[in-house]
Amino acid sequence: MGAVVEGKSTGFRAWLNKRLPVDQFMADQLTGYYAPKNFNIWYFFGSLALLVFVMQIMTGIFITMHYKPGELTAFSSVEYLMREVPYGWLLRYLHSTGASAFFIVVYLHMTRALLYGSYKSPRELLWVIGMLIYFVLMAEAFMGYVLPWGNMSFWGAQVIINIFNTIPGIGPDLVEWIRGDYAVADATLNRFFSLHVIAMPFLLALLILLHLVALRQVGSSNPDGIEIKEKLGADGKPLDGIPFHPYYTLKDIVGVGLFLTLFAIVVFFMPTFGGLFLEKPNFEPANPISTPDHIAPTWYFTPYYAILRAIPDQRLGALAFALSVLAFVFLPWLDRAKNRSIRYRGLASKFLLGMFLVVFLTLMWLGLQPAEPAYVLLARICIPLYFAFFVLLPFVSKADGNGPVPDRVTYNAH
Amino acid sequence: MSDHAADDTVPEVDESRRKFLIAATAGTGAVGAVLTAVPFVASWKPSESARAAGLPTEVDLSKIEPGQMATFFWRKQPIYVVRRTPEMLASLSTHDGELKDKDSKESEQPDYARNEQRSLKPDLLVLIGTCTHLGCLPKTRFTPNDATVMPNWPGGFFCPCHGSKFDLAGRVVTGSPASVNLRVPPYSFKGDNTLVIGLDSKDKGVA
Amino acid sequence: MLTNKYAYAFVTALALLLGAGGSFANEGGHAGWARPADNEVANLPSLQRGVRNFMNYCSGCHSLKYIRYSRVAEDLKIPDNLRDEFLVKPGAKFSDYIKSSMPEKDAVDWFGKAPPDLSLVARSRGSDWVFNFLNTFYADPASRQTGVNNLQFPQTAMPHVLASLQGVQGAVWKDVEHKGEGGKVEHTREFEKFEAGVAGSLTPVKYDEFVRDTVNFLQYVSDPTQLEREGLGIWVVLFLLMFTGIAYMLKKEYWKDVT
Repeated sequence: MGAVVEGKSTGFRAWLNKRLPVDQFMADQLTGYYAPKNFNIWYFFGSLALLVFVMQIMTGIFITMHYKPGELTAFSSVEYLMREVPYGWLLRYLHSTGASAFFIVVYLHMTRALLYGSYKSPRELLWVIGMLIYFVLMAEAFMGYVLPWGNMSFWGAQVIINIFNTIPGIGPDLVEWIRGDYAVADATLNRFFSLHVIAMPFLLALLILLHLVALRQVGSSNPDGIEIKEKLGADGKPLDGIPFHPYYTLKDIVGVGLFLTLFAIVVFFMPTFGGLFLEKPNFEPANPISTPDHIAPTWYFTPYYAILRAIPDQRLGALAFALSVLAFVFLPWLDRAKNRSIRYRGLASKFLLGMFLVVFLTLMWLGLQPAEPAYVLLARICIPLYFAFFVLLPFVSKADGNGPVPDRVTYNAH
Repeated sequence: MSDHAADDTVPEVDESRRKFLIAATAGTGAVGAVLTAVPFVASWKPSESARAAGLPTEVDLSKIEPGQMATFFWRKQPIYVVRRTPEMLASLSTHDGELKDKDSKESEQPDYARNEQRSLKPDLLVLIGTCTHLGCLPKTRFTPNDATVMPNWPGGFFCPCHGSKFDLAGRVVTGSPASVNLRVPPYSFKGDNTLVIGLDSKDKGVA
Repeated sequence: MLTNKYAYAFVTALALLLGAGGSFANEGGHAGWARPADNEVANLPSLQRGVRNFMNYCSGCHSLKYIRYSRVAEDLKIPDNLRDEFLVKPGAKFSDYIKSSMPEKDAVDWFGKAPPDLSLVARSRGSDWVFNFLNTFYADPASRQTGVNNLQFPQTAMPHVLASLQGVQGAVWKDVEHKGEGGKVEHTREFEKFEAGVAGSLTPVKYDEFVRDTVNFLQYVSDPTQLEREGLGIWVVLFLLMFTGIAYMLKKEYWKDVT
């Protein structure tokens, strides 16, 4: 992987390169890194996720300058930011919209992996690191939502932390330890502040770096799922590969532009997004004696929440909730097809994956609805279907994932 | 640039168009980056709360005896108000040769304070009690001829941090590290006993 | 052609966005009495009437503790002298937050709970809710100490403060039969319509306008930067579209190399 770099022998570039491998890095990671040329729209979301991460850090840093953690000051400090700090409203909406955007982008990014078998060997660890990012991101978002100390912040925290009660033996002690008090209180808020602002972001940054290194190590897969490194040209470069720079740097910039346009439309014209991104009960301060009519976590958690809620047994419900999140980790080993991409699998595989995506979205919608019988019933139908995807995958993939695949990638000039 | 393609019917590369488009994209991107920085930078400006707290303040002068000083606060800064006696006022013209900025040309004060007494009304001195050297609070040394300050001391203020000296109109005395007189804030009077700090008589107030 | 695919994807995403955002925002009325508030926060005269209404009828009990008199006057273009004479309560400075006149302890004594601050009510309950709350008080001396009840917020502790303006209407109920659990026939009482009761000083049309102005003002208070935000947004989106267009041309130019 060490490209030979002919650097300038004089001037600032030479001085810099003697001390930091700038040109070498560019040659190895950008102009010298060959990625498959047939990336489609599903391949934008990795770089977009990185963009959103950077945006959340930047806006988060500036918001923290005005936010005052503590049960007496948190809510009013957010209103202060929104009303009295110049452009404070913009910083807040960028951060709240960014949180939802992060999950939209990450879910689409994960869907790509499901469609094209990006988790399969030799990318199993890449997938696992990605799942760790997902878990840390969920913790980060959950804690971030508690910080404004609105009524939904309080009650959402109360309900979700109570799930840990179901762990046999240590449950109640664990819950008290997480909270630092006998109910969600000032102690909980302040520790979540520290974790959300410092600990989780550092952890995320480290995991993202590992994710990128792991990707670089094995190279990107592609929508056809074939290994481009198996067909090299005379120059030793993959015939179906193109240098990441300038082709994918420029293409990703277009992706960034389109994404930011849609993002700006939400931030400036519909920041609450009808109560999905900024929930109505959170415009009231936390009130320990008044539960909102309708407690729901933010939309990105609701598929798992729907599963938790629909199971009448508390312990079983919590177990199902945990399994529904963890199941994804095992995909690289559950999928026993030879072929990676859904394009070269049979109808059964396509149906199974399609069903899973529909069920996931349905559960997401169900988790947002009140706990009325019709919705609970539908959730109870979806739960076995959800887990069926993981249970049936080993058999279905082995049966129809071994057909012929093309020699070279399918590419249409664009 | 097209050394990787397997196809050999690659069209001629239009270098000038590429350069132009790179410049256009980079230029627009740079403008976008600067515009994006605006709200972040602006968020550091004093908030509405800070500005509300910094509005003009009315203070009661009735308890200040002649020769005494009271300290108030405006915009988080100490404001010294001295009710000068006739002797204090007389001392102002005795040491013209030892003043660095006798006519307050370099110093900061409203127009109505650009006189020998550096005040709107001669008997009431209003100063920002922050040394113009590096910001410490000058201490009062109103007694004239106080040898611990300097020979022929006319009376005034002495800054303990680095030794700057100011007379009873806040004018800086030679030998001080400070180079300009103590600043005078905008102010006006409401009746005889109320001082409005931060509000000039002619305009609505300092923004 | 792939270019069309990206355009389609973008337009689809945009449509989904606008559709989703829009549909989640519209929570229509549940029954005949529910009507939309139809806010117009750009309508300055309406907002000015709204703040007058609020200060005269509401601020005795309800505070707007997150907004200052000076901010309201600035945004609503109320001159300083009118602001100080008609808006700012005696004893308050024009830069103070808008507090209510009722001490909290007394409020809890008299009403059971303190009247809530209303700075964010248009966001936490929605302006439709507030509009319907002010419109659907009806006489109910039998079950309520205040003599009135409310369709939007049943059993509210708030008396009908605007009774002098709207009057007090009566509610007509109808008995509705429907199948309950296990096929049993159940009877419930449903609202049918309002009937005229005691008249107020405003006609229904004028009262409607009064409430609309007040709710409009509360909508503004809950989100004072809305107009600034939307105005800035147009330019941001246009700039981003222009940038994306230029970046796209650059991408296409280089991707000519890839065959």
